[in-house]
Amino acid sequence: MKEYTPEQIKRKADELRLHVIEMTTAAGSGHPGGSLSSADLIASLYFSVMKHDPKNPQWEDRDRFVLSKGHVAPVLYAALAESGYFPVKDLVTLRKMGSKLQGHPVRGKVPGVEMSTGSLGQGLSMACGIALAGKMDKKDYYTYCLLGDGELQSGQNWEAAMFAVQYDLTHLIAFVDRNRLQIEGDTEKVMGLDSLTEKFLAFGWNVYEIDGHNIDHILGAVKVAKANKEGPSIIVMNTVKGKGVSFMENNAGFHGRACKPDEYEKAVKELKEALQ
Amino acid sequence: MTQKLAQRNYYGKALAKLAETNPNVIAMDADLAGSTKTSEFRKVAPERFVEVGIAEQNLIGIAAGLAASGKTVFASTFAVFASGRCWEQIRLALAYPKLNVKVVSTHCGISVGADGASHQALEDMAIMRALPNMVVISPADAYEAYAATLAIAEYDGPVYMRLGRADVPVLFPEDVKFEIGKAKVLRTGTDVTLIGTGQMVALCMEAADMLEKEGITADVIDMSTIKPLDTQAIVTSVSKTGCAVTAEEHSVIGGLGSAVSEFLSENMPCPVTRIGTRDTFGESGDPDELFKKYGLTAEDIREAAKRSIGMKE
Repeated sequence: MKEYTPEQIKRKADELRLHVIEMTTAAGSGHPGGSLSSADLIASLYFSVMKHDPKNPQWEDRDRFVLSKGHVAPVLYAALAESGYFPVKDLVTLRKMGSKLQGHPVRGKVPGVEMSTGSLGQGLSMACGIALAGKMDKKDYYTYCLLGDGELQSGQNWEAAMFAVQYDLTHLIAFVDRNRLQIEGDTEKVMGLDSLTEKFLAFGWNVYEIDGHNIDHILGAVKVAKANKEGPSIIVMNTVKGKGVSFMENNAGFHGRACKPDEYEKAVKELKEALQ
Repeated sequence: MTQKLAQRNYYGKALAKLAETNPNVIAMDADLAGSTKTSEFRKVAPERFVEVGIAEQNLIGIAAGLAASGKTVFASTFAVFASGRCWEQIRLALAYPKLNVKVVSTHCGISVGADGASHQALEDMAIMRALPNMVVISPADAYEAYAATLAIAEYDGPVYMRLGRADVPVLFPEDVKFEIGKAKVLRTGTDVTLIGTGQMVALCMEAADMLEKEGITADVIDMSTIKPLDTQAIVTSVSKTGCAVTAEEHSVIGGLGSAVSEFLSENMPCPVTRIGTRDTFGESGDPDELFKKYGLTAEDIREAAKRSIGMKE
């Protein structure tokens, strides 16, 4: 596998962002805001952190990734296509009739998608199950899981949080895309989550809080988490919803709607400038 | 005196056998292993037993992750919780991706008795049957429950199986076979088809005895798979008898009675009378008294048979 430098990963993340804008605009719907906030993590995972083989998606020693916040499927699909799981030209079929790229990820439909998600609050449990299977089978693979911050309002996550500690799932590393916005606005006004770090510490996890747009932070935190000999790890990433497109940043309105034509032109221009 | 055995005990025995014979099988529970009898698996293969605590939604998510990693998973708790608390988890995590998890519930129906309505699942077959890709099984006795447990372990896909708590009459020999989607004809007659599931099959047999004394003969079918429904068995019998009665320890809404009625009304309309609870919750009480109050006795099935026969043209 090609070795990517942090600068190259950052560039990949911006390429994924560009795909996200193109895909969701072509679809006329989708969830660009959270896709943009998690692009740096997704690029870091697929182009540096994870051991995986796009030519052999079922390779049994691969690292696994569960996208608990399934609505940011566009950024996952973009990373899978850029990795070589399927042609990049398929990306614009997102959300269209007959496409494998359903509005939310479906296991068995898209090479590289491990679990069906989209109903929030379930992915961490699934990731725990995969990590437990690896532990039972004495495998070395890691299971990564991306959680939205809003979905942590759902109780099932905390059932899974207890489970991961009880079963000492050292090879489970979760991430929270802490962009502080959900559909109804500020997470702290809708149903407060602070402090996620203290909550997970209280549950017994190894917790790291980082800048989720800093590739060095992401790679460094994963490295430290992998060195842990006890317990699961979670990396709380402080992020900006809509990151990379000025008028989408910190704008809850782009949680679940695509760009209009004029917005699209502006967004593409900004992202292409970033890629210059 | 008819021999009586509890289905859950034979589920436990079958799990213990699977623990010995199939290293790929995992059993899971949500703090009820001693009651559901997954404890029998734990005795043999503690390293492949997964306790999740009182957390049914997590139970299903963990099961999905294990199944996605190639395991055959049996996840158990009481029927109310197994079907209701985590229905949407079962929908997304198991049924949609067709993962190899068997949700096996115990303590179904009002025969749970004293615990009352909170613990008496009368809707589970309805909500499980509505899920695409889901197989729904309800064995008639303990030996059929044993055979069904081994059979579903061989099937690659999601299954919901409901079992009772109490001892129920033995209908089959110990080595009875079970095939998913295949009904069993236990008795033949010409006037009415009695289709039962779960412990109601034994009551259908009793009702058939009573009817015979009145000169009425009945086919009795053990519909141990609710989905996929053995429509061939229904056609064969009803084309002869011209009417049917369904009997289940479950609401008449959405379960066996609905499945049979839906099939017959679309394909060969004929009188059908459904025995089951009629859009009501149960309550605490002695199971026999509850069966009387909620219209689930052999006498109720007998009267239903006469009603169906009376409605024939």
